[in-house]
Formats: sequence, structure tokens, C-alpha cells
Amino acid sequence: MEPISQAEKQVTRKSSSLGIGQFFRAVTAIIWKDLAAELRSRELLSAMLVFALLVILVFNFALELDAQARASVTAGVLWVTFAFAGTLGLSRSMALEKDRGCLDGLLLAPVDRSTIYFGKAIGNLIFMLIVEAIVLPVYSVLYSVNLFNPGLLLIILLGSIGYVAVGTLLASMAVQTRTRDILLPVLLFPLVIPILIAAVKGSTGFLQGVDIIDIRPWINLLLVYDVIFVAVAFMVFDYIVEE
Amino acid sequence: MMITVRKLVKRFGLKTVLRGMDFSVEPGEFVALLGPNGAGKTTFLRILASLSRPTMGHVNIAGYSLPHQAAAVRRRLGVVSHLPLLYGDLTAEENLRFFARMYDIALADKRISDVLEMVGLASRRRDLVRTFSRGMQQRLAIGRAVLHDPEVMLFDEPHTGLDQDACQMLDTVLCEVAARGRTVVMTSHDLARVADLASRFDILSRGVITASIQRSDMDPNNLLAFYRQAIAEA
Repeated sequence: MEPISQAEKQVTRKSSSLGIGQFFRAVTAIIWKDLAAELRSRELLSAMLVFALLVILVFNFALELDAQARASVTAGVLWVTFAFAGTLGLSRSMALEKDRGCLDGLLLAPVDRSTIYFGKAIGNLIFMLIVEAIVLPVYSVLYSVNLFNPGLLLIILLGSIGYVAVGTLLASMAVQTRTRDILLPVLLFPLVIPILIAAVKGSTGFLQGVDIIDIRPWINLLLVYDVIFVAVAFMVFDYIVEE
Repeated sequence: MMITVRKLVKRFGLKTVLRGMDFSVEPGEFVALLGPNGAGKTTFLRILASLSRPTMGHVNIAGYSLPHQAAAVRRRLGVVSHLPLLYGDLTAEENLRFFARMYDIALADKRISDVLEMVGLASRRRDLVRTFSRGMQQRLAIGRAVLHDPEVMLFDEPHTGLDQDACQMLDTVLCEVAARGRTVVMTSHDLARVADLASRFDILSRGVITASIQRSDMDPNNLLAFYRQAIAEA
């Protein structure tokens, strides 16, 4: 075999700089990898989906509700379901990286480590949105509640972004420990209380036809929370994943 | 020097693993880092690979210092550990394509084909990695590590869990990697095996290099005696 030549190095590397283009290429590569692997194994989605459907079934049998009560508990039941199913997905998503040492493989790539965070977070968000897209119509049928409200869908999107932003960061931290399955919910739920409160209040508002002016503070809270936690994760992810 | 390490200290809480370690490697050298369990070999390689942050000391690889220029260092490093660092639910080709995108490699298709040919897995390129034997996974792991044509290769116990045939095949690939002029640092417990591969042997004990010898300065059959003496004197 020939020794490595400088000319060969120039051919095999697109660029030596770590620009914005490479940032997005790395993020999309991680998302593609997660989706392709999940498409084959269906390990993550099936677990999240079965769990979410079981939760709404259990609530359906446990709470014998009239029409008025149904409208008032819908947001709470939905967000409890999303939060629990989301935790399952977040924990499993990072565990799959850690168990075969793949996380080290990602960390060895010559990219800003925030690309790994964004790639994993967007992948987790896609899985969570898929589960939500399946749970909503099932819930609609089981509880005879119309959930196809654009405002509600906006709240679900914003709430899911915030939940996944914090959850991916904490899952990266928890996965380094032996008690990762217990540690993630213990760390996550106190931190996402503002999101869950805002999401439940906002969702209830839209479902009960409350004026948008009264719902806006909850939407603003979700937006601010999303921006803050994405920014925090961007700054600290490198320190969390490095020993 | 391709790798220069000065007064490297690594602590995990109250436990000090590396105690002011000095280490250097010339370009193209193949260094075997030997030592008992708990000597700090894996910790040291993880610091070189920028997976772990040094507590104190200076690390410079290919002219870039850690941890401040970690991304530039990682571009010049290929790492193989006893774990394959591969995705079982992707095919061999998809795994390499993913890492080619992460390393921003141009002409990725040709490079992937060349690498699969080199590690002898061209005929299994479309098979899922989870269907591979441990030896095949380790060969693909080497393929992943050399995909971006790194100047420095780090091997952490690459023979762990492999049978004799797989070890021999891995050695062939290792020799090819070294023959390309790459600088190699490898940790191992298997003295007989590294005796035929490395050009220099360093003994790491209790967090410092206690002895070092060039292969040209010794009979490879005496490596075990040299190792035992260095450990005893530490």
C-alpha cells in the first residue's frame, strides 16, 4: 500500500474548516441514521406507541367521565401520556448509542458536539411527533373529543420541542450512569414542570374555546422555555458528554 | 513529534489515574502501550482521542493541542476500541456512509468501496452489521477508523474477544494500516501478538511510563521478561 500523500488528503476531505454547511450535514446525517435504524428495528417507536396507547386506554377505563368532564381532563391525560411515552423514547434513544459504544463513535467525529445534540434532539422530536400523530385520533375516538384544532396542534408542537430539548440533554447525562433508567425521569420531570403546566393550560384553553388573549401567555411561556433550553443545551452539551 | 504529552494528570474524583505522564511518538512510529489492568492505558487513549478531558498537563497531536483544538485533532485521528462503535441496524455500507458524512468526506462512494475492499468485507457491504461475527465487526470498525485517512491511529485492546483466526486477520489489517505510514498507538495485554507488530514498547504502570524500548534494541522473544522487570521496578 502507498503511504498517505498530501494530494490524497485533499481528495478525501471536502474542507478542513468546520463551517455551517458541515454543521447541517452532520445534523442531517445523525437524523438519517436514527430514522434508518428505527425503520429496521422499530424498537423505539413500537415501545413508545404501545405504552402511549395503553396509558390512554387505562385512563379511559379508570375515569368514567361525562362530556363536560372529558373536555376538562383531556389536556391533562394527553400530556401525561406524551410525557411518559417521551421519557421512554428519550431513554432508549441514548441507551442504543451507549450500549454498543456508538456514542464514542459520534463524539470522535470532527464536528462541533452540539451537532450531535441537535441531530439526536430532532430525531427524538420526530419520533415523539409520530407517536402523538397516532395517539390523537385514537384518543379522539375513545373519548369522543374533537382534537383537530390548529391551536392545540401548535401547543403540542411547542410543548414537544421543549420536552425533547431538555430530555435529550438530560438523557445524554443520565446514560453515563448505571441508574440511567431511574435517573432520567427523576431529573427530567422537575425541569419540565413549567412546560407541562403551560402545555396543559394552553391545550385546555384551545379545547374549551377560550379567547386567544388568555392563552397567549402560555404560548409565550412555551416559546421562551424552548429558546432558553435549546440555547443552554447548545452551550453545555460538550461538557456533559466529555469525561 | 506527531504526539507530545507532558506532565499529564487525570483524576476521577479522589482517584488519580495518570500521574504526570510524559509520552511522545515520532511520525510513522507504531507504539505498543503495555501495562497491567488499571494502569491507565484506556484513560490515556481516551484523552488522546478527546473523549476525556485532562485534569492537568499538555497534549499535542499533529500540531494541535487538546482540549482547545479538539475538532482539528479528531479530524486527524482514527480510533478502534474493543467495542465496534458501529450501528447494528445499519448495513456495513450504511455505517461507513454515515461516518463519511460526519467526517465530510468527498468522493465518499469510492472511498467506502476502497475501505470495504481493504478490510475484506466488500461482498458483505449490504448486510446488517448485527449479522456479522465479532471478527467481521472489528474489521469494519477498522474500516470506519481509516475512512477519513487519519494520520494517527489509536487502538485500544483491538484483539479483545476475537478468536485466533479473527486475530490473525486483524493483524494483517493492522500491518496494512501501519505500512501506510500512519502513526499508531495500541494498548494490549497480548504481548506475544504486539511483539510482532509494534516498533516500540512502552510500559505504563501506576499512571506513568516506567520503561520504553525500541524493537530494534531487543529480541522480541524477551518482551515478556522486559515487561515483568519494568512492572516489578515500578
